[in-house]
Amino acid sequence: MATQGIEQPHAQQPSGRKPTDSSPLTPYIFMAPYLLLFLVFIVIPAVFGIWISLHNWDYLLPGKPWIGLQNYTDLLDANSSISGPFWNSMAATGKFTLYSVPLLVVIPLLVALILNQKIRGIQFFRALYFAPYVLGVAVIGILWRFMLDPNIGLINYYLGAKIPWITALPWAWISLVGVTVWWTLGFNAVIYLAGLQDIDPELYNAAKVDGANSWQRFLYVTMPGLRPVLLFVVTVTILASANMFGQSYIITQGAPGEETTTAIMYIAETGLRQFNMGAAAAMSYVLALALLLISIVNFAVFRNRGD
Amino acid sequence: MAQTTAGAQTKPTRRGPRQVARLLLPYAVLILLTVVFIAPLLWMFSTSLKPNFQTTQFPPSWIPQDFSAEGYSTILTTSSQTPVLRWFINSLVAATAHAALVLVTASMAAYALARMNFRGKNILFAVIISTLFIPQFVFLMPNYLIVDSFGWLDTLLAIIVPGAAGAFGVFFLRQFYLSLPQELEEAALIDGANRYQIFLRIILPISKAPLATLAVLSFLTNWNDFLWPVYVLFSPQNLTLPPGLSILQGAYNTNYAVIMAGGVIASLPVLVLYLFAQRYIIQGVSRSGLKG
Repeated sequence: MATQGIEQPHAQQPSGRKPTDSSPLTPYIFMAPYLLLFLVFIVIPAVFGIWISLHNWDYLLPGKPWIGLQNYTDLLDANSSISGPFWNSMAATGKFTLYSVPLLVVIPLLVALILNQKIRGIQFFRALYFAPYVLGVAVIGILWRFMLDPNIGLINYYLGAKIPWITALPWAWISLVGVTVWWTLGFNAVIYLAGLQDIDPELYNAAKVDGANSWQRFLYVTMPGLRPVLLFVVTVTILASANMFGQSYIITQGAPGEETTTAIMYIAETGLRQFNMGAAAAMSYVLALALLLISIVNFAVFRNRGD
Repeated sequence: MAQTTAGAQTKPTRRGPRQVARLLLPYAVLILLTVVFIAPLLWMFSTSLKPNFQTTQFPPSWIPQDFSAEGYSTILTTSSQTPVLRWFINSLVAATAHAALVLVTASMAAYALARMNFRGKNILFAVIISTLFIPQFVFLMPNYLIVDSFGWLDTLLAIIVPGAAGAFGVFFLRQFYLSLPQELEEAALIDGANRYQIFLRIILPISKAPLATLAVLSFLTNWNDFLWPVYVLFSPQNLTLPPGLSILQGAYNTNYAVIMAGGVIASLPVLVLYLFAQRYIIQGVSRSGLKG
C-alpha cells in the first residue's frame, strides 16, 4: 500500500494544451453519483458509529440514552455481563489469526514458487488452485461441515479415525484453519506469483554468475524482491482473519462452548440479534483499534528489515 | 526421494536421476495439489446427484451408484421455507445490479480524479483512499440503521447499494485512466467534443478490460457476501443464496443430497463465470496486490 503505482507525471502538468472543461462544474458532476454513495454509506456511518457507541442504543426501545464512554468501560469491567464473552471472542479471533496467518503466508509462497517454474500448463494449475476462492464462504461451509462430520464425513473415513472435528478442541480450530487455508490459499498464491514474475530475471542471472546456489538466490534475490508483496499479503491476511465469521457461523456454530465464536460473530449477534447496538458499536471500535496496533507493528517490522 | 536415488549412484552419473527427480517433483506436487483442491468440489457435485440414502454410505462412491435428481427436485419445487429458486433469482438480480452500480459510479468518479483538475481533488482522493483502510465491520451497526431508515431492511436494495460505496473500484479504474496518453483527449477536444462525449465515446470503449475485471470482481463479491445478508434479510422469500444455504443446512439437517444440491446451485454460476473470465479475475487480483 506504500506506492500509489503508476503516477503519470504529464497528467498533472498544467499546460496551454491541457483540455479545458466546458464548465467548472463538470468534474463535480462526474464525481456526484459516487460521492453520494460514499457520503451516505461510508462518511456518515463512520461518524454515526461513534455516536451510537456513546449511547445505550437498543434498537427495539424508544429511548436511547447518552451514556458517554460506559459501553467502552463496560468492556474493561470484569463484572459486566458482556466483557467476559467479548474478550473470549477476541481471544478466539486472535487464536485463529495466530494459527492461520503463518500458514497462509508460507504455503501460498511455496505454491507460487512451484507455479513460477517454467512448466507446461502452469496457467491451468494456477486457475485450478484459485477455484475454491471464487466460491463463497456459505458453500465452503456447508461442504466442509459435511466432509468433517465425525460419523459420515469423508475425512474421518479416509483417516480411519473418529476425530470430533467440529465439537472438540483442538480439532475445531484445526478444521477452521484448514478449511480457510484450503479456501484462500489460491488468492495469496496468485499475488505472490505476480510478485515473482515482476522480479528482474537479470538479477537471478547475475547471482548465478556470482556463484549463488538456488537457496542463496531465493534468500538474496527472491525474498528482497518480494518484500512489498509480502507486506501486502501479511496485511491482507491478518485483516481477513480478523474478519473471520462465516466459517465459524456455519461449520462449528461457535462450538465447543463459545470457543470458536469469533469477535465479529459476537459483535454481530450482540448488535443485530440482541439489538444492543451501542455495546456492539463500541466493541467494533475496540477490535478496529487492536487491528490498527497489529498493523503498526507489522509495518514497523517490515520497515526495520528493509534498512 | 531424490536424495536416496542420487546417493546410490556413483559420482559422475549423479546428476542424471537428480535432474529427473527435479523435473518430476514439481509435477507430482502440482497433481497432488490438484486433487486436494478439486476433490471436495467433486464430492459436493457427486453427492448432489445421489439418492439420499447413498450419500452417507461407505466406502464412498465418487461416481454415484444410482443417479438421482431427488436433491434438486426437492429444493426446486417451491417450499415456503427454503425457496432456493427464488434465492437464486434474488442473488442474480442483486449481484448484477450491484456490479452495474459500481461500474457507473466508479468509472465516472475515477475519470474525474484521473483526468480533470478541480478544487479539492487531491484531498478528496486522499479521503476516499484512506477509507480502504477502515475495516468493514465498523460500518455494521450504523449502516444497519441507515438502511433501516430508508426502509431497505429485508429488501434487495440493502444488498445492492451500500457495498457500492467502497473505494476499490474508484482506485482500480483511476490507475488505469492515469496510464492513458493525454493526447487521446486533446485531439477530441480540438474536434469540439465535450467531456461527456469523450468519456462515453473514447474512454469507456478503451477501458473494456479493466471494466470487465471490475464488473466480474464486484459480481463475485456480492454473490458470495454472507455476513451482511444474514442480518439484513429475514423473510424466506427475500434471501440471497448464501444466507439461504445456511438455512437449508438447518432445515434438511442430514439430507445431504439436498444440501449439496443447494451448494452446487450456488457454485455453478460463479464457476461458469470463472471459467470464462478467469484471466480478468486473476489479473484483477494480482494487480490489486502489486499496485496496492
